[in-house]
Amino acid sequence: MGEMDLHIIVCLKVVPKPEEVSINPQTMTIDRARARSEINPSDMYALEMALSLKDEHGGEVSLLAMGPPFFEPYLRIAMAMGADAAFLLSDRAFAGADTLATSYVLARGIERLRPFHLVLCGEESSDGATGQVPPGIAEWLDIPQLTYVEHLEVLPHGRVRARRVIDGGYQVLTAPLPALASVKSGVNEPRFIDMDRWLWAMQEAPVTVWGLADLGLDPEMVGAKGSPTVVSRVQQVGARQRKRILITGTAEEEARTLWRFMRPLLEQRS
Amino acid sequence: MTKPLYRPEEAQGVWVYLEHVGKELTPVSRQLLGKARELAQKKGVHLTGVLLGHEISHLVEEAWAYGADVVLWADHPALRRYVTGPYARVVADAVLSYKPDVLLLGATANGRDLAGRLAVRLRTGLTADCVDLAWEEGSGHLVGWNTGFGGGIMAAILCPYHRPQMATVRPGVFPTPQPQPRRGEEVRLPVHLQEADLQVEVEEEALVPPAGIMSAQVLVVGGRGTGGQFDPLWELARLLGGEVGATRVAVDEGWIERERQIGQTGYVVRPKLAIVCGASGAFQFTVGLQDAETIVAINIDKEAPIFEQADYCVVDDLFQVVPALVRIIKEG
Repeated sequence: MGEMDLHIIVCLKVVPKPEEVSINPQTMTIDRARARSEINPSDMYALEMALSLKDEHGGEVSLLAMGPPFFEPYLRIAMAMGADAAFLLSDRAFAGADTLATSYVLARGIERLRPFHLVLCGEESSDGATGQVPPGIAEWLDIPQLTYVEHLEVLPHGRVRARRVIDGGYQVLTAPLPALASVKSGVNEPRFIDMDRWLWAMQEAPVTVWGLADLGLDPEMVGAKGSPTVVSRVQQVGARQRKRILITGTAEEEARTLWRFMRPLLEQRS
Repeated sequence: MTKPLYRPEEAQGVWVYLEHVGKELTPVSRQLLGKARELAQKKGVHLTGVLLGHEISHLVEEAWAYGADVVLWADHPALRRYVTGPYARVVADAVLSYKPDVLLLGATANGRDLAGRLAVRLRTGLTADCVDLAWEEGSGHLVGWNTGFGGGIMAAILCPYHRPQMATVRPGVFPTPQPQPRRGEEVRLPVHLQEADLQVEVEEEALVPPAGIMSAQVLVVGGRGTGGQFDPLWELARLLGGEVGATRVAVDEGWIERERQIGQTGYVVRPKLAIVCGASGAFQFTVGLQDAETIVAINIDKEAPIFEQADYCVVDDLFQVVPALVRIIKEG
């Protein structure tokens, strides 16, 4: 961009590892207590995209998350990777938010970080998997959205060009800054922690915590209260496990065995 | 509570947002019309299809044929290609003037892009990526079932006080209805775009409608390991009454048409049986195949990750195994 340094905001979420989450059969609620956490895998691609744009154009990368205080060490890990500052929107009132209330709080947090040029998000979270929060944030902020982006470049004159991956093909779009992009999973290789940044990130790097009052938000619009959707019940289903049966022998023998397994599948089809 | 823009008592009717590519409605749009028709009939309300584009009048008849009673359509040059701004403007304006009870969209990239934006503009709830829809006994609210945590948990989600009740629906979960020779009503929607809606420009777009791979019950899929020789795969597919699909590499190499590409940048398919030949099994590919009922993998490299995603694993040369399989099937 030349004339100005980029300020990129990356929205991060910390999620329980999906395979360690279960349902409490008594309360029929989701039990995350025994699950270990991680930075939402999709968000790592957004972070990497932000850090490489910073490498290329200069500027700053801010992290923004909404969640409980235990998110903080994960934000520090992202700062050890290269982000400059972190902002954690944390308040009991924010709990139980659906995508409308979540996108609202994140958007109000982003407004506090003006001026910014780009907001980058992962395409979806591994626990909710809705992909709705990024367009929701863009609407609250009234800025253009570019979803499912696999490549993004900052153009002169304050625009971005992005290649979106969509069902059956792709689109190349340009949009004025500031804009929001959700980054397609798997489009880059998130970098390792920079050991030279480790001590700084763990001890000195700034993590600013803002609650409801700090952001001046209406309690009716956040958390469970501000969420139009409700979960009426949950049930556990077995995640798909493939059989992984190894078939061996000569090619002829393998083909025969395979056909023995395949044939009944074809006969039962409608 | 976030203030609703209109009340449940005022809301009426089931709406389906219709996506199209080429000259046809997309498979998920047809599937949605089928399911939504069932929902509308149970409530005794109209099913409305919402269609946006440019030079799309022929799609109105297709929407009737697949179940819409009413088609609300907007035709405008700025709607030629999907872009969030103008599409969200036209659909939001229509929702606020007609006040539908339910608005369903396909959980495609563009369907989710639009749904997420609209839900905030309309200050309503959105249940994403549903695998089933029903009316709740008693209250008559829409129940959207979706999965979370890598598919391990299913949740029933309601939106009791805000309208429209929005949901995106995963492609392939509902059957495609048989088109009927029927006519319905049509209403042209006004297009009032604002400058802010037109900030994003499309420089380039490449979209191809899916070939038969979306509906095929058997798919024979080729990857890099075919070296471009798809003939044995075609023969096997024909024998099994199936179709041929491919990985991105095979398409990028020009070995096969893009409308047969499976995976993140291609199509998500749900066959009963997929026979994957010479594909390593990169994540970007297997996400398009994860809902296949049974997966057979044939690959000469025993370390290929595809074997972790397969039910039957053959570590061998596909050019030996596939012709042998063809011979055996022909013998009966």
